[in-house]
Amino acid sequence: MSYSFRNDNRLPQGRLAVASYVIVGMIGVLLLGFWKLQVIDSDRYTSMAERNRVRSIPVIAPRGRMLDRDGRVLVDNRPSFSVLLLRDDPSLVEKYLPVISDGLSIPMDDLKDQLYNTRNLPKFQPIIIKPEASDADIAYIESHRSDIPVLEMISVSRRRYLPNGFLAHAEGYVGEVSEQQIEASNGKLRPGDFAGKFGLERQYNDLLQGTDGQRRVIVNSVGKEVDHLTTQEAIPGKQIQLTIDYDLQMVAEQSLGARPGAVVALDPRTGEVLAMASHPSMDPNDFAVRVSSDDWKNLNEDPLKPLLNRAIQAQLAPGSVFKIVTATAMLEDKNPPENFTTFCPGYATFYGRQFKCYIFGKGSHGLAGLHKAILESCDIFFYNVGMRLGIDRLSYYGSKLGLGHKTGIDLPSEEPGLMPSAEWAERVYHRKWYAGETISVAIGQGAVITTPLQLARMIGGIATGGVFKQPHLLKDAPNVGEERFALSEPTVEKITDAMYGVVNEDGGTARNVRLPGIEVSGKSGTAQVIGYATREKFGKQKKFEDNAWFVGYAPKRNPEIVVAVLVQESGKHGGEAAGPVVKDIIKAYYDKKNKRSPGQLTTENKPKDSGDGPAVPRAKPVRMALKPETSVAAAPTQAANASPDR
Amino acid sequence: MKDAPGTRDYDWWLLAILATICALGVMEIYSATQGSSLSGMYMKQVRWLVIGFVLMFVLSRLDYHLILDQAPILYLIGLAALIAVLLFGRTHFGAKRWIPIPALGELVQVSELVKLIIIIVLARFFAEVRSDELDLRDLIKAGLLVGIPLVLILKQPDLGTALVLMPMLAVGAFLAGLKWQHAAVFSLAGMLLVGAVFYPPVSRRLLKPYQRERITSFLHPENDPKGSGYQLLQSQIAVGSGGFWGKGFRNGSQNQLGYIPVRYSDFIMSAWAEEQGFKGVLLALGLYMALLLRLVQNAQRAKDRAGMFLVMGVAAALGFHVLVNVAMVIGAMPVTGIPLPLMSYGGSATLFVFLAIGLVMNVRLRRFVN
Repeated sequence: MSYSFRNDNRLPQGRLAVASYVIVGMIGVLLLGFWKLQVIDSDRYTSMAERNRVRSIPVIAPRGRMLDRDGRVLVDNRPSFSVLLLRDDPSLVEKYLPVISDGLSIPMDDLKDQLYNTRNLPKFQPIIIKPEASDADIAYIESHRSDIPVLEMISVSRRRYLPNGFLAHAEGYVGEVSEQQIEASNGKLRPGDFAGKFGLERQYNDLLQGTDGQRRVIVNSVGKEVDHLTTQEAIPGKQIQLTIDYDLQMVAEQSLGARPGAVVALDPRTGEVLAMASHPSMDPNDFAVRVSSDDWKNLNEDPLKPLLNRAIQAQLAPGSVFKIVTATAMLEDKNPPENFTTFCPGYATFYGRQFKCYIFGKGSHGLAGLHKAILESCDIFFYNVGMRLGIDRLSYYGSKLGLGHKTGIDLPSEEPGLMPSAEWAERVYHRKWYAGETISVAIGQGAVITTPLQLARMIGGIATGGVFKQPHLLKDAPNVGEERFALSEPTVEKITDAMYGVVNEDGGTARNVRLPGIEVSGKSGTAQVIGYATREKFGKQKKFEDNAWFVGYAPKRNPEIVVAVLVQESGKHGGEAAGPVVKDIIKAYYDKKNKRSPGQLTTENKPKDSGDGPAVPRAKPVRMALKPETSVAAAPTQAANASPDR
Repeated sequence: MKDAPGTRDYDWWLLAILATICALGVMEIYSATQGSSLSGMYMKQVRWLVIGFVLMFVLSRLDYHLILDQAPILYLIGLAALIAVLLFGRTHFGAKRWIPIPALGELVQVSELVKLIIIIVLARFFAEVRSDELDLRDLIKAGLLVGIPLVLILKQPDLGTALVLMPMLAVGAFLAGLKWQHAAVFSLAGMLLVGAVFYPPVSRRLLKPYQRERITSFLHPENDPKGSGYQLLQSQIAVGSGGFWGKGFRNGSQNQLGYIPVRYSDFIMSAWAEEQGFKGVLLALGLYMALLLRLVQNAQRAKDRAGMFLVMGVAAALGFHVLVNVAMVIGAMPVTGIPLPLMSYGGSATLFVFLAIGLVMNVRLRRFVN
């Protein structure tokens, strides 16, 4: 072949021209494609590019701390990490859900539930899928940053409460907000946020909570943060100072010990709550992170009701403590006259029914006037007084002294108790009041029920001459309420004399509460859970044991401290079971006061690691809720029983 | 050489267009890789470009008729190289496409060289067809000529390069006088093949898993957010968010934050479109159009059919590259791994383009010589 191609110059010009048109057409079509993306749909892609690069990460505001009256930390925060799920791209979420479930060991169903519950939230808002990331979780997320683009971690602060339920009921706890709370918050709260659920945490949530901020950061394609755009700082919650005295609270917790019951210590001059304990307690640290529904169910169904703040929620017969109401009514109404006496053979008959004195079968109180009747807590005397006064007068005085309605303490879910009256029987039961009921009410049995806080407020107020300050836990609380019910001086004198006698005179029911040099006064109460007759029927059972009360205060007039103690189902007499707790607290109060006034060892400069006393909370901030089993050593109930005597 | 052409005869317009496109590419490679572990890559590209220019001039000095004379030998060398790659090639990105060439110190992709060889072989073949019409026998011969290397390239596997051989054949056949009936039959067959590729029961036999995955994720990008569907989406986001005016040099977030896949190479047009906007795209595609039209013009002025076929083979290859790459960038085609000529970073691809342009220059320089 002689390379014919060398000289063959017949060029297909027509077809070459077609090629030119094809080229122009091709470029034209491509340009149309770019026009569509870059001009027509540009806005859409611009926002997609923004979503790619910009991530909004919430900055959680730390809650305010709670301090005791001396500035010691009662409730603090600890740093922790929460795992966020970014939901901007549902298909990504869908894809990585199984991996996440596996890697962070969250059950798949749980994840799906969480996604379902938050389906109505804007997609750009990440949700917290694991509020408390473990070390392993953190490592997992760090090492999978590039291949699981939907996970993010934020540092949050968790509530740290003192261990073993110290002050637990008053402090309350935080928990994940409920749907109702979210709706009520006008967009301030989101699912997974924490808010106060109980106690002071709930009462002062608005103060404590602060406002979350937000960080807008630029992330690259592997999820690494490369720059940040704007930071809206979180506004931390405000710190609140409580009226609680850490030292007294410690004594209260220890002295009440494992027995179910409650302690309230007030300063009647101001209404400040110095201590408030309720046992059995719960550990609010357990709620500081998401609480499992099983744990929650167990707590709620526990027959011992650990979630109940008995100091303000236990509504029980006040027993003989109520005799102070009856006595006040008698003296103020002069009916019967103040020199009225009865003979106590151990029982008496009213309206054809026999009423026993607690001394029945053990002896008799003999002839008794008001002073002796209070000292020895003679039921027969007060049956007679009650009969003469009638329910309307008893009810009037009971109500005026604060029974049957809330004290207004700054805690949610306070119970009002009940001060029965003829009107009440009519209104609630649509029946007439039976005169026989009055006899029981006169000694604090029957329908009358009170909370420990009500009794502390009442006794404190009477000893102050009829000034009832609103109990409160927030130090420097603005406009503390006050109720005045003017009692005549002779009345106050006689009643306080008698209450002083209860502790300090021969025959008093609480002579064990005596403290040298301190005018401890008070009134015991031993309230039956069921009547004597019913008890005989059921025999001796723990749950039918008497409730022991003691409300003590010092000094005798215008007291500085009043302490109400309830010990439930102790089976013991009030002075015997509850009295020592009151004594411990009043002693601790005076010990501290006397130490402080010479200016030697105040709480502020007390050596913090003295070892012989319970650690000052600030000194041992770590551990606690993380490892409850190891924190036993620091437990207030076990450490330093010596403390009250020191 | 008796007919040594002067420098005046070079296509200076073509060279200017070429240089401008290369400059855009280097600029965008710089923008896409600055501040990353790949920074400095643009200098490597400049080195390739320099080598390319030199090779182009060398090749343009050698009479293309002499090259066409050697077509059968070149063809055999090409086939041998392809087989060698399959036997000894280095595996890179899951495919055997590279053999080490010591002199260059880099890996050269054999299939790029084979593209060049096929252009030459087809030019020789079609130039020898004497009639104005291409009969079926010649058409089948040409098909076989392309088919053998094509199968070998598919074996690597390198779908992209294999696909580029098709338009070379098609354009060559068209210019050689392809009959309309044949054109209709073959385009129907081609459409069926494309349909089959998208039809899972058939594609399962034809394609490698990763190729099938590319196709499924092209059709359903939402199923595979991090796969090639995601890449296409991110590319579209980059292009779209660039808007008319662009985000500015070194300012494209999709580019700078690494959302665009291989933004310095296959997806460089995406990065360019994001940072320079539609006006930049207009410039770039305008330059490509000018380049391609300039090639056609050179073909029209070729001294003989062989020269025309050479130039148009080059035009077909480059045009197809531009089409497939840019269509991919705007999400209109699946990811095929075909770079954008002259702009994408890459040694072999750049050298191929310059050698191809060298052939075009060669033809042009000899247009008046008898």
